[in-house]
Amino acid sequence: MMQTILLSILLLSAIGVLSGVVLYLVARKFHIVEDPRIDTVQAILPGVNCGGCGYPGCRKFAEACVNSKDLDKLFCPVGGNTCMAQVATALGIEVVERDAMIAVVRCNGSLRNRPRTNKYDGTTWCKIVHNLYAGETGCSFGCLGFGDCVKACKFGAIAVDPETQLPVVDEEKCVACGACVKACPRQLIELRFKGKEGHRIFVCCRNPEKGSVARKNCSVACIGCGKCFKVCEFGAITMGTNLAYIDFKKCTLCQKCVGQCPTGAIHEIHHAKKV
Amino acid sequence: MQKKFRIKTFPAGGVHVDECKFSAQRPIESLPLPGVVTTPVLQHFGAAATPIVKAGDRVKTGQVIAQANGFLSVNIHATIAGTVARIDEAMDVSGYKRPVIVINADGEDWVEGVDLSRTLKRKVELSSVEIIKKVQQDGLVGLGGAGFPVHVKLSPVAGKRADVLLINGAECEPYLTCDHRLMVEKGPEILVGVVILMKALNVSRAVIGIEWNKQDAIAHLSALASDFDGIDVVALKACYPQGAEKQLIEALIGKQVPIGGLPIDAGCVVQNIATAFAVYESIQKNKPLVERIVTVAGEDLKKPSNFRVRLGTSMAALIEAAGGLPESTGKIISGGPMMGKALNMLDIPVIKTTSGILVMPQERSKRDPVVNCIRCARCVKHCPLGLEPYLLMNLAEKERFEDAENEVVMNCCECGTCAYVCPAKRPLLDYIRLAKTFITQRRKEKAVK
Repeated sequence: MMQTILLSILLLSAIGVLSGVVLYLVARKFHIVEDPRIDTVQAILPGVNCGGCGYPGCRKFAEACVNSKDLDKLFCPVGGNTCMAQVATALGIEVVERDAMIAVVRCNGSLRNRPRTNKYDGTTWCKIVHNLYAGETGCSFGCLGFGDCVKACKFGAIAVDPETQLPVVDEEKCVACGACVKACPRQLIELRFKGKEGHRIFVCCRNPEKGSVARKNCSVACIGCGKCFKVCEFGAITMGTNLAYIDFKKCTLCQKCVGQCPTGAIHEIHHAKKV
Repeated sequence: MQKKFRIKTFPAGGVHVDECKFSAQRPIESLPLPGVVTTPVLQHFGAAATPIVKAGDRVKTGQVIAQANGFLSVNIHATIAGTVARIDEAMDVSGYKRPVIVINADGEDWVEGVDLSRTLKRKVELSSVEIIKKVQQDGLVGLGGAGFPVHVKLSPVAGKRADVLLINGAECEPYLTCDHRLMVEKGPEILVGVVILMKALNVSRAVIGIEWNKQDAIAHLSALASDFDGIDVVALKACYPQGAEKQLIEALIGKQVPIGGLPIDAGCVVQNIATAFAVYESIQKNKPLVERIVTVAGEDLKKPSNFRVRLGTSMAALIEAAGGLPESTGKIISGGPMMGKALNMLDIPVIKTTSGILVMPQERSKRDPVVNCIRCARCVKHCPLGLEPYLLMNLAEKERFEDAENEVVMNCCECGTCAYVCPAKRPLLDYIRLAKTFITQRRKEKAVK
């Protein structure tokens, strides 16, 4: 009896010591030297692993920061400028401050503006509906309202308004990671500059159909009349097929175009209303 | 004296759906010529045809108005004489706008050389190559539903040879009776069409598969077929999806199409009954594809019918001719109830692949609430292709499309049996289609690179 116990203890200890030695040797042999700065940078990053920077997670982004000479092409949308400044200090390099961005939904086809012509009762997933047919309204370019963007957002920053059936972005919570932009099958969401004091001007429509057709289906559609294009002094507005687009990098927020739009498709946010 | 038939079927899966063939005994009626026809330039699988007319041009019935654009494309013809009103965009069955040619009709003025007589012409004068060329010129595509250009299937593929031609007269979709009526009324023409297709393919054997629920058509065609060499008529079990290409091949000749392969890999070519008739009209009567048979049916419809209509006629006109929309209407479906598409408006043109318009009453068209999968594996049992629909749906839901591809999602024929039999009412096919669309897109992107 005693012998069995002693034998077991000895055998197990011997295995333990042997494994310890093997593990030690293996660890020495396959030791990977990792830049200690990666850990430092990762500690600064928000750690939400949203993928908004274009890397598969915060760790990979930290590696990319450490391995690149400058931070020109790297930006963490969640942490923003403060975070990037800290990363730059930790790595001892310079960083240029970027303008804050925000997601903007470019469709205003609410229940009132865009009457429903049929009723859909299938799977409520925008991607599936988009593949299946044009949607519940006459406009086949507008928001379907089933909230793929809501499901994609990791920050709870976007929600479908039950009254208008359109997604609304929460300015406080949106970090401009771009997940909703990728999720929308109709490319309605765009990342734009947040603007001074949150002022933004944009064309709230993506319908490239002829003006009369677009207007018939939605009272606030861009009809491509080009009035805004003519009035813009900064060359910020470009005309696509029956559709205006405001380049947020060139726009000076002068608001001249807003009053010109006959359908009210140009939206201004956080501007004091002109009298 | 009735011949005895051995009823064949495909080995795995399938389901027997309520047949609801309301219009089976209604003879084909010609619909009055429409005032306006809207002709989409893409009515088939492949590349859209290029319009060669402009607004204001006079066109005759049967004149080419859009030219085939490459090999995987066919000509589009004016289906009526009149003036081209405009080249515009109009909604197709999905509600998306597609380019169309609109013609204001003013009568029936056929192009020269078309034989409009009803006499049967049995002798096939053209050679194989000429037949293949002629069917592309005459705009012939598979009239079963997918709309695959006929000449592509007939053209020889290097290293592969078909030794039998299969003719699909299964019409397994409930409600639809257009092929059934055609077989009963145009039997001799169909058989001559089959002979033409056999000549084009250079095969000596053809098998016509017809579901057992159309016994009059089976009896009629097999009696006529004794007069033709190498054509057999085979009875098939009434089981959905008997008329799906892969299932039909397995039922008729017992061969399987390899994954990702075409029927030619199994040594056969499949054509629809209506296509065989259109081939007869094109080759023997020099008549391009300007009209087809469309079933208009539904529980509460006053007059379920089979109409011969000019392509481009508005679906609203067909429903009007069948007695108008009943008050109980819940959904209107283009195609069969299993694979068809619910319409969001009525002013949509009939195209080459429109086999039916179904007016479904409310109680038959509503969807039941979706609940969790109860793991009964009914979808697996009924899948005619041996796939695992529940798994594919889960993968698509989580956007794991690569894994779905490994589970052979691309082999799915979208017959919808899985969603039909699911007791939890899960929209399996919607998700499978999503995965298929995504994978197709990615393959295209890769091919471009």
